[in-house]
Amino acid sequence: MKTVTLTVKQAPELYLECENITPDTFAGKKADEIAQLPAYQGKEDTTLGEYFTIAGEAGATAAETQIILKGDCSKMKYIGIKMTAGEVIVNSSTDMYTGGWMKGGKLVVKGDVHSFCGLGMEGGEFIIEGNAGNYLGASYRGDWRGMQGGIIRVKGNVGSDICTFMNGGELIVEGNADVHIATHAEGGKIVIKGNVNRRVGGQMVKGEVIVFGKIGLMMPGYKYTKDVDLEVDGTKANFAEYVGDLGERHPKRKGEPVYGKIFLKK
Amino acid sequence: MSEYIIRNGHVFDPVQGIKGDKKDIAVKDGKIVETSALSASAKQIDAKGKSIMAGAMEVHAHVAGPKVNLGRWYRPEDKLFDSHKTPGMTRIEGGKSIPTVFKTGYSYARMGYTFAMEAAMPPLYARHVHEEIHDTPIIDEAALPVFGNNWFMLEYLKNHEIENNAAYVAWTLNQTKGYGIKIVNPGGTEAWAWGLNCLTVNDPVPYFEITPAEIIKGLIETNEYLGLPHSIHIHGNNLGNPGNYNVTLDTLKLVEGYKAKNNFGRKQVMHATHVQFHAYGGDNWGNFESKAKEIMDYVNMEKSITMDTGNVTLDETTTMTADGPFEHHLGGLNHLKWANVDVELETAAGVVPYIYSPNITVCGIQWAIGLELALYAKDPMRCFITTDHPNAGPFTRYPRVIKWLMSKKARDAQIKAFKNSDKVVAATNIATMDREITLYELAAMTRAGPAASLGLGKDYGGLKPGMNADIAIYNINPDNMPSDPEEIEKAFSGVAYLFKDGKICVKDGTVVDNGNKRTFWVDVKVKPNKQVAHDVKEKFLKYYSVNEGNYPVPDSFAPHPYVIAVDATQ
Repeated sequence: MKTVTLTVKQAPELYLECENITPDTFAGKKADEIAQLPAYQGKEDTTLGEYFTIAGEAGATAAETQIILKGDCSKMKYIGIKMTAGEVIVNSSTDMYTGGWMKGGKLVVKGDVHSFCGLGMEGGEFIIEGNAGNYLGASYRGDWRGMQGGIIRVKGNVGSDICTFMNGGELIVEGNADVHIATHAEGGKIVIKGNVNRRVGGQMVKGEVIVFGKIGLMMPGYKYTKDVDLEVDGTKANFAEYVGDLGERHPKRKGEPVYGKIFLKK
Repeated sequence: MSEYIIRNGHVFDPVQGIKGDKKDIAVKDGKIVETSALSASAKQIDAKGKSIMAGAMEVHAHVAGPKVNLGRWYRPEDKLFDSHKTPGMTRIEGGKSIPTVFKTGYSYARMGYTFAMEAAMPPLYARHVHEEIHDTPIIDEAALPVFGNNWFMLEYLKNHEIENNAAYVAWTLNQTKGYGIKIVNPGGTEAWAWGLNCLTVNDPVPYFEITPAEIIKGLIETNEYLGLPHSIHIHGNNLGNPGNYNVTLDTLKLVEGYKAKNNFGRKQVMHATHVQFHAYGGDNWGNFESKAKEIMDYVNMEKSITMDTGNVTLDETTTMTADGPFEHHLGGLNHLKWANVDVELETAAGVVPYIYSPNITVCGIQWAIGLELALYAKDPMRCFITTDHPNAGPFTRYPRVIKWLMSKKARDAQIKAFKNSDKVVAATNIATMDREITLYELAAMTRAGPAASLGLGKDYGGLKPGMNADIAIYNINPDNMPSDPEEIEKAFSGVAYLFKDGKICVKDGTVVDNGNKRTFWVDVKVKPNKQVAHDVKEKFLKYYSVNEGNYPVPDSFAPHPYVIAVDATQ
């Protein structure tokens, strides 16, 4: 695996759209070619070379390419978007849309990420060492294709509306979450180690939400069924199982309706 | 204005019966002229190895107005990743199935289109339609106000008051700057306000006690009474349901006994639109099958009908129609999202995103039906190519539809690519059809035919001296047709040149000029009618949310009009 290191030399005045910072775009390119890749700032068409010092070179394919970002990337959007393989490591916080529509590979952000990150993710591994904003792993505004696959792990807290329209994959939050979890979900699994504010699983058709801490207020569309023992992310515990959202449309499997499930640690 | 002489190209013009012969085309002052009329300063365009046709005419698309904008509002995902500007003179082009007005204009022009008909204008929101039309660059446009569920019309036709209905239609065309009579699910959309629908031509509309058949016949009589350039333009009852082809045949048969009466050379009394959605056999989605042959056997025989196909392009798209009940039904089938608008006394609309997936058998069959309709058509001057944009697919896919029509090889490749190709083949006739549409037939289906059907055949749709200089030159050589069908799609995706009103607007697939876009509308003069004037006043006082004085579209909304005057006082 070959490594490309991008060091921020100039902070953008507005926000820099870094959709080209992915192993897929970098693959097969040398530092000077990478410096020529376009990056928008507002309506201005600029290049990555204007904002980053670029060292090293990419591997022949995305899978053989590692990208390391140094310096403050908190005004950089779209890092790692649509990546299919390889590795991206960001040593700071990032802005919106980081890791959106990821299909594979590994993306590590050592700081916080802003909202709309990991949108529509299909595969790969996305690790956020700080906190995440709203709409993590959700669908793009208006779309119905939220997180489909892969895994997102957040070491800190997350904002609201996470995993809206989730269809698959797994989100693990080690801290707390705000309102609206898995709204409209039709699959997937969300683990929250801390507490959740409220409105978990509204209009959920299918999928699982596992909460270790407390839920501020359970939605009225959920019904307690039984207690179950589960092993979640390496921890064995006893959980209360709730099914719902009872007011929503539910598909049938072998004649029995399929419900979304909330597991609340006892 | 500039003069041009286009040399050495292969000309395809059904108006003059030119089938690919090499002929020079001369352009002067926005018109096609005899070559002898040019001065020595005429610029030469070398079209060697290229095909020349008139500018193409879109007969049915949803490209402007509240319904399209509702789609844009609630489908931001349709514009995802389209926010960057490309180099050149064009503005940002956003959207795939519901493009911005700019993308709409540019895309049509790049494919060689110079005219588009907005297929459903709610009269109350006509101002919005005209604002968007005005902002769409290059192409000429017109809009058809929807009448098929209008309260005035329902009341007049219930008592068979053709003269009153005609006065009302004339008034509406004038108020809305509309082009002709559009009918969507006649009676059914109004019935839906009562929680019902009209699924056959004989289902009565609640309260109004009139049947779709009576509405359609009454509107044919109204149209011919007025002598409008276009005939009635109908989206029939029971769209999109298995087994609906019988309802379609019942609808088409309503033309029997009527004759076109107009001064525009139009021969048909009915234009049946997006027939693909109306040519379904079977009685459920399991035994769903093509009835394209049954429909086309009738259309081929009945010369008083023109039609367009409504080809499914196998894309993710946004369906939108004034057929409110159908959209509600569709939303229940695909569970994505549904939006609805009610337009007071006039009409309604629904919007639902839809994915025509090649992995779904029904979508494959729909794809086949659309192509079969065009391939069964004996008279290409009466069968036009559309995708009912964006309902069966975005209009930007026309080059792909043309590829499928012109190449059996391309069709076979698509059939093979279907997940359940054996089921698609079993339910359709597409695999047995060898016909390949020729460039000459294509010129009829996309130029001369639509122009004649819209009553614009005198000035548009051909390359005869005296006609408007809307000319498309394609990189396709009839003496050396490409063996790879992809080359056909490529050639029709970007014209070598597009002349609009004698001005080069697109060159090598790139927009170079915004042209002089115009809004076509029909101004009909009728005898003063006190009854209708009274009814309009009363309805506005009683029911409308706007004042009568705020209803009409002011001239400033269509600052570049092309007004077609019709005198119906005789």
